[in-house]
Amino acid sequence: MKVKFLAPILTFTAIALVMLYALFYLDPTEIPSELIDKKAPEFSLSAVPGFGDDLSSAHLQDGKITLLNVFASWCVACLAEHPVLMDLSRNGQVEIYGLNYKDTPTAAAEWLAKHGNPYTRTGMDLKGRVGIDFGVYGVPETFIMGPDGTILDKIIGPITDKDLKEKILPRLAQRQG
Amino acid sequence: MSWIKWKAGAWQISLVFALVFFWNMQAKAVFVEERLDDPRLEERARNLAEGIRCLVCQNQSIMDSNADLAKDLRSIVRERISAGDSDEEVRQFLVSRYGDWVLLNPPFRLRTIMLWVFPFVALVLGGVFVVRFLRSRQNPTAENANLAPLSPEEEAELEKMLGSGKDGGRK
Repeated sequence: MKVKFLAPILTFTAIALVMLYALFYLDPTEIPSELIDKKAPEFSLSAVPGFGDDLSSAHLQDGKITLLNVFASWCVACLAEHPVLMDLSRNGQVEIYGLNYKDTPTAAAEWLAKHGNPYTRTGMDLKGRVGIDFGVYGVPETFIMGPDGTILDKIIGPITDKDLKEKILPRLAQRQG
Repeated sequence: MSWIKWKAGAWQISLVFALVFFWNMQAKAVFVEERLDDPRLEERARNLAEGIRCLVCQNQSIMDSNADLAKDLRSIVRERISAGDSDEEVRQFLVSRYGDWVLLNPPFRLRTIMLWVFPFVALVLGGVFVVRFLRSRQNPTAENANLAPLSPEEEAELEKMLGSGKDGGRK
């Protein structure tokens, strides 16, 4: 008798818990990346005029961990993560490559001149095709590339402190140690 | 007088019809930027695009969305199709980049088995529940069966009440 009385309450509690979890811990806008642990797609792009050297897939596999950051001058969130990238490059912790997604050369050059250039190499993906090969669906996205050109991890949206501490720095430390 | 009223009504009705009709046309209109010359290929491309999720807007197909990425994906679908890919190959092309997520129809996998099977399980469970519920209501004696039988004193009491009731009725 008592169990019968509790059944609806227990059912409701279970549903509520699942929903609470989904509400606070799951982000429906984050799509699991298909490309993690896979080789980066082939590409070869010319640099934003005046900012770094050209970028191709060969540069992502020269024996060290690199960051491939997808950015655009029209992207507001990129500005938010920009200081993080600037810090990383200033400290010389990691080489950062910039994939300039669906931008114009002049706008990209102006943006980099204004806000600073954290990238050693840049590539202009004018039509966004390389981005699509990488499974990019929004800007910014940051790929952590292994020494052999495999994609180790992917950060969707601006790099937060948490991403930096949990995803990027441990990998760099591992590499040095 | 009444024919004037009727005329106005007809005019309004035809306006509504025209609106509904054009509304429909608009809903079916495709973004004009790209189109394949071969109408059969174009048809295939559109059917395919209807089943591809726009990753930015999530619950729209790339056919319905005017997001930039949807536009790019549409042109990729058309490109692949005119290059001679089969529908499955085009889907595979997109899945290898964006995962099963791009398909609006989730494929039947171990991970999605709950998704596909649960509705049927729920239907069966619900059916069993309903049948049991209805049966229990049909013969209420079933509920009385687990009550304790009357004790001899109660029996006597009941007999007395029934007996006196009968007598009272006859008087």
